[in-house]
Amino acid sequence: MSILIDKLFAHLTKFIAIAILLIVAWIFTVLFQNSMTSMEAFGFDFITETKWAPNLEKFGALPAIYGSVVSTFLAMVLAVPLAIGVAIFLSELAPAKLKSPVGVSIELLAAIPSVIYGMWGLFYFVPIVRDAFGGIGISMLTAGIVLSIMILPFMAAVTRDAMNTTPDILKESAYALGGTKWDVIKDIVIPYAKAGIIGSFILALGRAIGETMAVTFVMGNVHRISTDLTEAATSIPVTLANEFNEADTDLYYSSLFELSLILLVISFTIISIAKFYFLRKKRIA
Amino acid sequence: MTHTQKRIITNYIVMTLSTISALIGIGFLFWILGVLIFNGIDALSWTIFSQEGAPPGYDESGLKHALIGQLMIVGVATLFGVPFGILAGTYLSEYGQKSKLAETIRDISDIMMSAPSIVIGAFVYAIVVAPMGHFSGWAGSIALTIIMLPIILRTTDDMLQLVPSTLREAAFALGAPKYKVIIQVVYRGAKAGILTGVLLGVARVAGETAPLLFTSFNDNFLNTDMMEPMASLTVTMYNYATSPYEDWQRLGWAAAFILSMFILSLNIIGRIFLMRKRGK
Repeated sequence: MSILIDKLFAHLTKFIAIAILLIVAWIFTVLFQNSMTSMEAFGFDFITETKWAPNLEKFGALPAIYGSVVSTFLAMVLAVPLAIGVAIFLSELAPAKLKSPVGVSIELLAAIPSVIYGMWGLFYFVPIVRDAFGGIGISMLTAGIVLSIMILPFMAAVTRDAMNTTPDILKESAYALGGTKWDVIKDIVIPYAKAGIIGSFILALGRAIGETMAVTFVMGNVHRISTDLTEAATSIPVTLANEFNEADTDLYYSSLFELSLILLVISFTIISIAKFYFLRKKRIA
Repeated sequence: MTHTQKRIITNYIVMTLSTISALIGIGFLFWILGVLIFNGIDALSWTIFSQEGAPPGYDESGLKHALIGQLMIVGVATLFGVPFGILAGTYLSEYGQKSKLAETIRDISDIMMSAPSIVIGAFVYAIVVAPMGHFSGWAGSIALTIIMLPIILRTTDDMLQLVPSTLREAAFALGAPKYKVIIQVVYRGAKAGILTGVLLGVARVAGETAPLLFTSFNDNFLNTDMMEPMASLTVTMYNYATSPYEDWQRLGWAAAFILSMFILSLNIIGRIFLMRKRGK
């Protein structure tokens, strides 16, 4: 009897574990199948076409892809130096009394849902951008800034963890040779934790590019490519969030599914690079 | 200027810059927290818990519909996500171990944890909402279950691996079959860790908005039928905050406050469990 239960239990757990792989494969298949209509209608032009006009049944993804890339790039440019600063502060500078409360509150802030960052951005940050840079305040720039603030806690916490993996004995040896804090950070901590730090940045990038709610509030969903950052724009997730419930034709739906597929492939690739190339190396070291 | 002086000055500059950026970063984050608490407490009142949604301008409007909807959608997702996640995690740690299959499942789950949640919403739309012909609470729960699974699976896997193998060997030596060893010895040893994983998993999906937008959709009134569109705190918050009506925006802040407090408490309780375990 117990041998039977033993076998059943083993098979049950294995079955469920494999089901997870199947679900992921299923997600890709379903998105692909639903994109077929749009792929047949537009082919590769879908990603190079700049016009998104549902009333004319014309769908081009370039403005959304451009918006995703630019807003994420802006977010990274702003968040990376801040995250490094916070991480250095937390791992090397802060007095012991501050380290733990500040560190924990940053980790807790990483748990706050992104919809709340979006809401804060809409009510408190949009007016500031409007006053400072002109325009209506709902813009690519606002989206980039709100996104950078949203990924900052995650990035800072992971960077700090990577820095903390440096063995104390290495740091102490460097201090014993007369190194300043900065010498120790740049010559010991950063080289030692490099893979982990870069990995965490790329991971944050992968998350930021798929982030929906933090940017939906402040981007405006305007399908237009503009180099003026103070103008309203769109990104792949923003388009999906705004238009999925409005789509009325098969081609419209299919185009939105193709956008989802593109987004999934992009973030899957970025996250895989972070995990397999950078963070795995750290595991071996 | 000697070389040493140069190094000391550079050090001073870099440390100042890093402290400033830490202050900027932390300042922003506390600004958000302050806004949330200030607006949230300002908007809180009893009618929020006792009344359903109402047209703008009505005094008697609340979030009862969204609170109950949220509890149901997240509750059902937890009911499916937790046992399946724990069982799959058990496979990885106890049976699959370092096998190729187990490593692949680990890698894919790691990636899924960071994958865009709105895509899961699109997927569930295609497999549940479109065939049914309408939005439903079930669709929302299914989307959240898919998001929760990899989180529970990975934490369970990690936590079970922390249980010393000597415990397992002792139980095997007494003649216990493997399933009994796992259920009575390994699970018991990793109880606090698994619980933390569950709390963090629930906290994570409770804040998801994007995958609910086109699965459970929204409803301005109380609905407890999972087959029908259902309100959730997050989608309600999104709709109310983007509306032009001030009283709806206030309700949006109240929803944001309640949700954040719920998620923060789950996180804090989870941390306390883990700390206690480490303290032992």
